[in-house]
Amino acid sequence: MYPQQYRYTKEHEWVSREGDVGTIGITFHAQKELGDIVYVDLPRPGTIVEKGKSLGSVESVKAVSDIYAPVSGEVTEANPLLANTPEKLNEDPHGAAWLVKIRLSSPDELKDLLSAEDYQKYAGAE
Amino acid sequence: MLDAIGVSSPEELFAHLPPETRLNRLLNIERGKSEYEIVEYFRARGAETANGYPSFLGAGVYNHYRPVLVDAVVSRGEFLTSYTPYQAEISQGILTTIFEFQTMICQLTGMEVANASMYDGSTAVPEAAMMAMRVTGRDHVAVSRAVHPEYREVLATYLQHQDTRIAEFQYDRETGRIDFASLERALQQNTAAVILQSPNFFGVVEDVKQAAQMAHAAGALLIVVFTEAVSLGLLDPPREADIVAGELQSFAISPSYGGPFAGVIATKEKYMRQIPGRLVGETKDARGNRAYCLTLATREQHIRREKATSNICTNQALVALMATVFMTVYGRQGLRELAEQNLAKAHYLAGQVPLRFRGPFFNEFVARTNGRSPDQVNELLLEKKIIGGLPLDRFYPELAGSMLFCVTEMNRREHMDAVAGVFAAEEALAR
Amino acid sequence: MIRKVREHPSQNEQLLFEISSPGKRGYQLPELDVPLVDPRAALGPENVRRDIEDFPEVSEVEAIRHFTRLSTWNYAIDLGLYPLGSCTMKYNPRVNEAVARTEGLAWAHPYQAESLSQGVMEIVARLEAALAEITGMDAVTLQPAAGAHGELTGILLIRALLESRGNPRRKVLIPDSAHGTNPATAAIAGYEVVHAPSNERGILDPAALAPLVDGDVAAIMITNPNTLGVFEEHIIGIAGLLHSRGALVYMDGANMNALVGMARPGDFGVDVMHLNLHKTFSTPHGGGGPGCGAVAVKEHLEPFLPTPRLEGAGGRWSWNYHRPRSIGRVRAFYGNFGVIVRALAYIMAHGGPGLRAATLDAVANANYLRKRLEAHYELPYGAPSMHECVFSDERQTRHGVRTGDIAKRLIDYGFHPYTVSFPLIVHGALMIEPTETESKQELDLFAEALIAIAEEAEKDADLVRSAPHSTRTSRVDEVAAARKPVVRWRPA
Repeated sequence: MYPQQYRYTKEHEWVSREGDVGTIGITFHAQKELGDIVYVDLPRPGTIVEKGKSLGSVESVKAVSDIYAPVSGEVTEANPLLANTPEKLNEDPHGAAWLVKIRLSSPDELKDLLSAEDYQKYAGAE
Repeated sequence: MLDAIGVSSPEELFAHLPPETRLNRLLNIERGKSEYEIVEYFRARGAETANGYPSFLGAGVYNHYRPVLVDAVVSRGEFLTSYTPYQAEISQGILTTIFEFQTMICQLTGMEVANASMYDGSTAVPEAAMMAMRVTGRDHVAVSRAVHPEYREVLATYLQHQDTRIAEFQYDRETGRIDFASLERALQQNTAAVILQSPNFFGVVEDVKQAAQMAHAAGALLIVVFTEAVSLGLLDPPREADIVAGELQSFAISPSYGGPFAGVIATKEKYMRQIPGRLVGETKDARGNRAYCLTLATREQHIRREKATSNICTNQALVALMATVFMTVYGRQGLRELAEQNLAKAHYLAGQVPLRFRGPFFNEFVARTNGRSPDQVNELLLEKKIIGGLPLDRFYPELAGSMLFCVTEMNRREHMDAVAGVFAAEEALAR
Repeated sequence: MIRKVREHPSQNEQLLFEISSPGKRGYQLPELDVPLVDPRAALGPENVRRDIEDFPEVSEVEAIRHFTRLSTWNYAIDLGLYPLGSCTMKYNPRVNEAVARTEGLAWAHPYQAESLSQGVMEIVARLEAALAEITGMDAVTLQPAAGAHGELTGILLIRALLESRGNPRRKVLIPDSAHGTNPATAAIAGYEVVHAPSNERGILDPAALAPLVDGDVAAIMITNPNTLGVFEEHIIGIAGLLHSRGALVYMDGANMNALVGMARPGDFGVDVMHLNLHKTFSTPHGGGGPGCGAVAVKEHLEPFLPTPRLEGAGGRWSWNYHRPRSIGRVRAFYGNFGVIVRALAYIMAHGGPGLRAATLDAVANANYLRKRLEAHYELPYGAPSMHECVFSDERQTRHGVRTGDIAKRLIDYGFHPYTVSFPLIVHGALMIEPTETESKQELDLFAEALIAIAEEAEKDADLVRSAPHSTRTSRVDEVAAARKPVVRWRPA
């Protein structure tokens, strides 16, 4: 269910890394809790994000959830797919519906995040 | 029923309240009155207000005829006594009318999206300003001195704690229109919005295109305010504006000593998610039928709580419905004809009094008094059982000796001639 | 067996733009008694619009049918109970409508000379006095247009007072059970929101609050009774705690229907509060407004009230604009006068004894429903209910049925739903407030409906989950409406 090579947070985000670029998304568990997603509010390229701070939000009809940056860096790309088809986030949260790519400023932050197994246990327990 | 609850008197249900919190006497309010006595009381108060006198007051609240169909519709219990349409399946009536309202406001104002109404025009202005601040990320606002003075006061009250500075720019003393040099000086690098009113408080039509060019060149949004909705029947709408904030009282909403009214905010599609207030959207039900529901609720207080676009929880549904019925009764041709009558009548009277400003005007204008003061002019008019215009010194000390007249389709020639007569007499006095 | 309603055909109706046809008129203006003026000459051609594109044109008959047909698609108090918690959907007396339309009142212009406005000003003064007496406060402003507007006014008043003492402070305490307008208001006023937790009884506890009340806290915003319908028993201690640290107590008066004539917020430590005239004082909701959010304050906040203030000397009313410490205006003119008239008529009709009796009836009605329903729905908090009671859908969720589904099924039984999923501290809340308007017959029909639905949840969950079945419109697709918002009609 949860890709092995990703790292996860207790706020239900995932990060995958290629060199100094991190891709951030929300987990299957998160989209399931939110229900039908109607809108995704993402930061513009160039925005500096800080680990633990909100970088945007995901909306369902009756709720809004902040997305917290799992790592720090500068946003290089926001997923254009989500602007017109937010429902993709329900369909493929770990793949095509990634949220943003960022240039990592402190790659070490990844070490503190959960492994796929640990996250699976945590999300299952919730 | 008390048995079912398990108490012998309803007072017992209050027994758990700490005694110090309880009121131990009757309220000091007279015993209940009969319906007749209540009607009489209010009738007597109404009789104390120069009821039925022809009036030339405008200044943000206008005397326009209210078609009888309006009250026939809004008095229906299904509209009057219904709740906010959160349960769409049993609120399609009001939701449909709001969707129509939103559409007609867009058609009138030249905007692409309109909300389901705000409390009134005066509060729509700061809401529009805060919207512009959210969109631009800036924190300075430039507002025309010719925007309704009380609207500007409300703007100041709302923005005082938002870390925002407000700069006021002047009007040209000859034309009554925006002094563009003054606007240029007021624009800053971090100006989020330029706010002007058209027709402005003096009744003068502003050069919206020029203002838009200057605002946009500075990276600011243009907010155009209107207080006299009937003007939209004839005047070219402010298409260059980014946000329109207005008051719909002219559309069959009784002046009622200042409220309740209905404001509205309309904007371009790209700013839809930043608009405050309720929005009704079109969708389908489970059987595929067209249906309406409140939408984009995630902007609102009950979901976003402290991050909401506004704290507003109401729209002025019933009042907006009055406006909707009015717009329906007059329609595409009628609204224009109504506006043309207003224009004709105002220009008839304006042609007979000394005008303060040269600029083009709709149904309000500023007249200069030369001999007596505006208050004295009004006293003379009152002797003839006519309520005259608004002396301007109360809001614009620099315009002492001037008064604001409004003429609508409800003013008759004989009364206008009486006003002209008083001015002619006091002209003679002045010489 | 559904006893309150039976299916009946309702009229279809299209949008105005779809019935519109060029040349149709619903109006006739009188002939002009002055010369016609050429708009392009008077205004300049660039200022004149060619047309109002696609604006509808319908006849009078089409107009009245249009709105009448649409009205029949709405539920309303005039049709039956609205059990919406904290909304106080009581009967809207028709005498209120009649008096609000009194010609001299409906046509009064706010800028009319004061000598011509004594009648309207007396009405304002009388309501201010009555509300001060009802709340136990010292001064009232009727300027705010609605509850949330009143809240903003109240918090701005607090801020102004604290600023005058040298430090506006940074934080406002808000219970986690509060209505969403509370934190939204605090944020607009420039305050940070700190959540105050409720204890296991669902009320605020001074001991738990104490560590949160530091020198940076400006105020607490409370609702009493709270959104669970429970009286905040420790309110005097809580008020004392806040006051001892130089902070103030704001009360959201949405639930005043439980207190009028029986307890007064001014007597239990509240410094400033708002009232919802469209709730407690019977002015109509009208599909979502207008309202009036009167604000009542203690003496120490009076100097900061919005300008102008009504004053009466020697039997003559006047508006005082010289208020140097005022927070300014929160809206143009004086307030929603039309709503003020209706609220005053209500108070006059009831009088002191009648207002108290209404409160007792309201609380009795809520407790009756609670007793009838507690065997079938989970009561998360056992504390005594006042004018409303809150259940949770816990028992029904075991069968996959949630509060939202039960609410929709209630529509098939002929009722408007209760307040769904609020307050947030109860999972799957059903918040029920009958008001004093309802007779035992209507309450019994309502209780029977909910009991029947509880049984359906066990035996036929799908029936409940796919409700409503008997309405013109079945469940509306709110997701599509939010994903691709269509907020206006456009020609094909």
